[in-house]
Amino acid sequence: MPNLKDLKNRIDSVKNTRKITKAMQMVAAAKLRRAQEAAEEGRPYTARMNAVLGGLAASVGGSESAPILLSGSGSDKVHLLIVMTGERGLCGGFNSSIVRMARAKAAELKAAGKTVKMITVGKKGRDQLKREYSDVMVNHVDLSGIKRVGYANAHEIARDVLDRFNDGEFDVATIFYNTFVNVAVQDPTEQQIIPASFEATDDEAGTVYDYEPGEDEILKDLLPRGVATQIFSALLENGASEQGARMSAMDNATRNAGDMIDKLTIEYNRSRQAKITNELIEIISGAEAL
Amino acid sequence: MADTMQFDLVSPERSLASLQAAEVMLPAAEGDMTVLPDHAPVITTLRPGVVKVNGPEGAADFVVTGGFVEITSEGVSVLAEQAHAGNEVKKADLESAYTFAREQAEKASDEDKSAAEKLVADFAQLLEDME
Repeated sequence: MPNLKDLKNRIDSVKNTRKITKAMQMVAAAKLRRAQEAAEEGRPYTARMNAVLGGLAASVGGSESAPILLSGSGSDKVHLLIVMTGERGLCGGFNSSIVRMARAKAAELKAAGKTVKMITVGKKGRDQLKREYSDVMVNHVDLSGIKRVGYANAHEIARDVLDRFNDGEFDVATIFYNTFVNVAVQDPTEQQIIPASFEATDDEAGTVYDYEPGEDEILKDLLPRGVATQIFSALLENGASEQGARMSAMDNATRNAGDMIDKLTIEYNRSRQAKITNELIEIISGAEAL
Repeated sequence: MADTMQFDLVSPERSLASLQAAEVMLPAAEGDMTVLPDHAPVITTLRPGVVKVNGPEGAADFVVTGGFVEITSEGVSVLAEQAHAGNEVKKADLESAYTFAREQAEKASDEDKSAAEKLVADFAQLLEDME
């Protein structure tokens, strides 16, 4: 039987843990609200951008003069995987589900004889992937010092990616991130950003736009922005998902700690009772012996 | 004919303005243009410059560093990469975009050179106008 002091210490330490996880949960909840707002506010821009690009891509896409960002470089030998994870852990399966997905994709591409390159965004993804893929990691983006992800961060990543594309370093780029469904559900998503693919929008079909300057010029100007926008919205989704995942993970941890405290308290009380009973028996049998 | 149209200004991070406008002046790629209600549908890119809105709720200015605009008969939506309300914009806000434009101009290939240099010139003009 464990002695009482040990049990008491154990209970105290679990209580402290519960305080920490509770606090982390509340912090995550506050951050989640902010991240959700940010994602919400970015949505009109992304939606418009995609609608316009979709319309343009549909009308120019087939022609030979289509920019290579849209039509691709003509081969698909080298794939660039942009893996977006969190900077910190303690958020359940958030980071590992993305990493697992990226890893599966990398393995699949390798099996098909393609070359894989990687860019990691967020420390956790790099840590998990560097053992296997350190030789193919071409860049790492560190966002740990940034409190609130802005468009400038996405722009920087997009610039790096586009420079590499223009230098012919890769043919196809795919981003991996978590789509925020709700607090309990985050959906690991892979999305191909180069060559760009846009879902056809039916509601735009009715309007015939004049393009000034020509369609080709506008497309050339807009496509890099489209890439940056997609990266930005992925970053925002990912940010909201991370906080959501952390919130539910910490909620579970808090509940677990509560259960554990209950169990330990019962054990503590039983031990104490047993000890008292023992002492009583000793006293009584001592008295009887007299 | 409608007297006003819907004017929206959105940046990737947030929506900056959504109001009724009687006319909108835009620094479009091929020269400044003024849009009145019931305009033919146009999509055009923007130079760095000032977007001016006149409407029943008063006039408003916005400084944009580039982007594009979608004009329909019902309204104007400006999608700006970076936008600031005209009265609170500071030069420092535009500095990074300006620097980037200059960098791009320096390393641009011959066919893109003139476009990139034009962008730099537009920026310089904008900064000068702000003084």
